[in-house]
Amino acid sequence: MSEAHSALAEQFRDLEQQREVASLGMWVFLVTEIMFFGGLFLAYAVARFLHPEAFAEASHHLNVALGGINTAVLIASSLTMALAVHAAQVGQRRALMGFLTLTAALGCVFLLIKGIEYADKFQHHLVPGSAFSFAGPEARPAELFFSLYFAMTGLHALHMVIGVGVVVVLLVRAWKGRYSVQYHIPIEVAGLYWHFVDIIWIFLFPLLYLIDIHH
Amino acid sequence: MSTAPTAEVVRREENYLNVSYGIRSWLLTTDHKRIALLYLASVTVFFFLGGVFAVLIRLNLFTPTGDLVSAATYNKLFTMHGVVMIFFFLIPSIPAVLGNFLIPLMIGAKDLAFPRLNLASWYLFNMGGLIVLYSILSGGIDTGWTFYTPFSSVYSNTHVVSTIFGIFIAGFSSILTGLNFIVTIHTMRAPGMTWFRLPLFVWTHYATSLIFVLGTPVIAITLALVAAERLFHLGIFNPALGGDPLLFQHLFWFYSHPAVYIMVLPAMGVTTELITTFARKKLFGYSFVAAASLAIAVIGFLVWGHHMFVAGQSAYAAMIFSLLSYLVAIPSAVKVFNWTATLYKGSVSWATPMLYGLGFIGLFVMGGLTGLFLAALGVDVHVHDTYFVVAHFHYIMVGGAVMGYLGGLHYWWPKISGRLYPEALARFAAIVLFIGFNLTFFPQFILGYLGMPRRYHAYPPEFQVLNVLSTAGASILAIGYLLPMAYFIWSMRYGPAAGPNPWPATGLEWLTPSPPPPHNFDETPTVTWEPYDFPNRPDLKYPSPVVAVRQLGPTPQEE
Repeated sequence: MSEAHSALAEQFRDLEQQREVASLGMWVFLVTEIMFFGGLFLAYAVARFLHPEAFAEASHHLNVALGGINTAVLIASSLTMALAVHAAQVGQRRALMGFLTLTAALGCVFLLIKGIEYADKFQHHLVPGSAFSFAGPEARPAELFFSLYFAMTGLHALHMVIGVGVVVVLLVRAWKGRYSVQYHIPIEVAGLYWHFVDIIWIFLFPLLYLIDIHH
Repeated sequence: MSTAPTAEVVRREENYLNVSYGIRSWLLTTDHKRIALLYLASVTVFFFLGGVFAVLIRLNLFTPTGDLVSAATYNKLFTMHGVVMIFFFLIPSIPAVLGNFLIPLMIGAKDLAFPRLNLASWYLFNMGGLIVLYSILSGGIDTGWTFYTPFSSVYSNTHVVSTIFGIFIAGFSSILTGLNFIVTIHTMRAPGMTWFRLPLFVWTHYATSLIFVLGTPVIAITLALVAAERLFHLGIFNPALGGDPLLFQHLFWFYSHPAVYIMVLPAMGVTTELITTFARKKLFGYSFVAAASLAIAVIGFLVWGHHMFVAGQSAYAAMIFSLLSYLVAIPSAVKVFNWTATLYKGSVSWATPMLYGLGFIGLFVMGGLTGLFLAALGVDVHVHDTYFVVAHFHYIMVGGAVMGYLGGLHYWWPKISGRLYPEALARFAAIVLFIGFNLTFFPQFILGYLGMPRRYHAYPPEFQVLNVLSTAGASILAIGYLLPMAYFIWSMRYGPAAGPNPWPATGLEWLTPSPPPPHNFDETPTVTWEPYDFPNRPDLKYPSPVVAVRQLGPTPQEE
C-alpha cells in the first residue's frame, strides 16, 4: 500500500494500480483508433487498386512542399511531447510547461498549414461535390481520390484539434501544480495519444502526397 | 441451519440502493451497480419500442395482402425493428446491464477501472438512442438495418443521416464499455483471483469486449462514410464516382457478423453460470469453455463474407469464408458439449434461471445448426434472403441472447434487488416464452425453405397458415415478456428478502450482502479456491434455506 494521495481514485488500491489502469486504457483506446482509421485505409487501398492512374494524377495536385513541412512540424511536436513527458517524470514543472506549450504551438502550426492547403483545394475546385472540376478522362476517380484525401486528412485534423485541446488542459493543470514525480500519468497517456496521431500522418503523407512522385 | 434474513434487516443495512436518494444521485452516479440499473431502464424502453415494431410487422403479415400498412411503411417498420433491437437492445443488454453490475463483484473489485467513463457511456448510449428516436418520430428510415449502399447513400429519401448519427454515437458507448471491461479484468482482480479462477461470465465478457474494441470502430467509420456520401458527395461507396458498393458490405459485415457474437457470447457466459449452479457440479472443461469464448471472438472476425455469397465476391473467397464459417461451429459445439457434460449426473433442479439456461442451449443448437446450412454455399444460394435466414438469426438472437439475458436477470435479480421474485409465476413465464418463441419462429424456417423472401410486405396466399401461426406465437411471446417485467417490479417492493446467496452459488458476488454495499465488499476478498467447486462445498446445498422456505416449500431435510 503506497501513501494516500489526493490523485488516487477510490476504486484503486494504490497509485501504481491507477497508473497501470490509465496506461492500459490508453493503449486499448489506441487499438480502437487503429481500427477506426483502418476502415479508411482499406477504402484507400481498394480505390487506389481500382484506379491507379487517376490516383497518381490527382496526387500531383497536392502541395508536396507544404505536406513535407507539416510532416517535419509533426515530428518536431512528437519530440517536444516526449521531452514534456520526461520533464514530468523528473518533476521539472517549468520545463514541462515549456514543452507542452511548444507541442500545442506546433500542433496549431500544423493545423494552420493544413487549413491553407484546404483553402487552396477550394479555390481550384478540387473539393468533391457539384463544384468539382478536374481536366481529363479520369475526373470521376480523381474526385474519389479527393474524397479520400478530405476524409482521411479531415479525420486526422480532428484528432489534432482534440490533441491540442488535451495538451492545453494539461498545461493549465501543470501550471496549477497538479503533477509530480509520483503522479504524472495524464501527461504520459496524452503523450501516447499525441504520438499515435503523429504516426497516422506519417502513413497519410506518402500515401496521399507521394504517389508516383517522379513524373 | 440459519434463518432467512427479514425484510427489516435488508432495509437497515447500507447498500448501493439506499446510500443516497434523489434523481441527482442516480444521474451523476459513478457506481457500476447504479449505472447497470440505468442501462436496465434504457434497454427495457428500447426493447419495448423494438417490440412494438415487431408486433406491427407480424400483424401486417397476418394476411397475405398486407392490409395493415403500405409497402413503404413496412420497409420502415422492419428497418426500425432491426436498428432498435440490435443496436439499442441486444448489443448493450447483457454486457451493459449484467456485465456492468457483475464484473467488479465477480473479480472482487470496488468498481470498474473507469467509473466516470462508464457513466459517460450510458449518456452516449441515450444520446444515440434519442437521435434514433427523433429519426423514427420524424418519419423513419427504410434501408434495412444493414444500410446497403448505394440505396442508403444515394437513393433513399428517409432519415438515413440522423439514424446513422445516432448509431455512431451509441457505438462509442459500446467501445468505451468494452475498453472499461478489458482494463478492469486485466488490472482490478482481487488477490488470488487468477485468470483461471475467473467465472466464465467474466471470460465471455472479455471476449465480447475484444469485439467491441476491434469491431465497433469499423462500423463507426463505415457509417460515417455513408453519411459523408449523403452530405458531402464523397464517393467511396458510389459506383458512379468509381467507388465500390461491395466495399461497404465488406466493412459492414466485418463488424456486424462479430456483433452476433457480441450478442450471444455474454448469453453463453450467463448460461455457463446457470448450468453449473443448478446442476450442483463443477463445470466440465473450464479451460476449454474459456478458450472457446476467445476462439469464437477471433474466428468470428474471419467469417463476414458468408453474408455476401450472392453479392458478387469471388468464388474462391466464398469457399474460404464458407470453410471459416464452419470453423466457428467447433468452439460453439465445445461449449454445448461441456454444458451437457456438466449436466450429466448432476443434481439438476428446475429453478427459473435453469429453465432459461436449458432453453438457451436448445434454441442455440437450433440456431447454430441452421447457421451451418447458411454457411454451406449451395444451400445458402437457395435460402439467401428468405425467412430461413430470419428464423435462423432470431433463434440465435432472441432464442439465444434474450433467453440468456432473462435467465441472467432472474438468476442475479436477488443480488440486484435483494428480493426474490415469485418462483411459480416465473417458471410459468419461462415456459410461455419458450412455447411462444418456437411458435413464432419455427414456422419461419419452413416458410423460408419454401421460398418466402424476407422484407416483403405481402406474400402468396399459400404461405398464410404458417404466417398466422407465427403471428399467434408472437402474441404468446409478448405475454411471456410482459410477465417478468410485471413481477420484477412487484418483487422490488413485495418480494421476500433474498439473503446474500439464495441459490447458493460459488462466485464472489454471492459473498457480499444483497443488495451489495456501495463499495461491493467491506474488505477486498482474497481468493484461495477454484471456481464452481460445488463438490467441495457441502455448505452450499440447493435449495438454500431462504429459497426453500419462501418459494418451494420445506426442503427435504426439514420434512
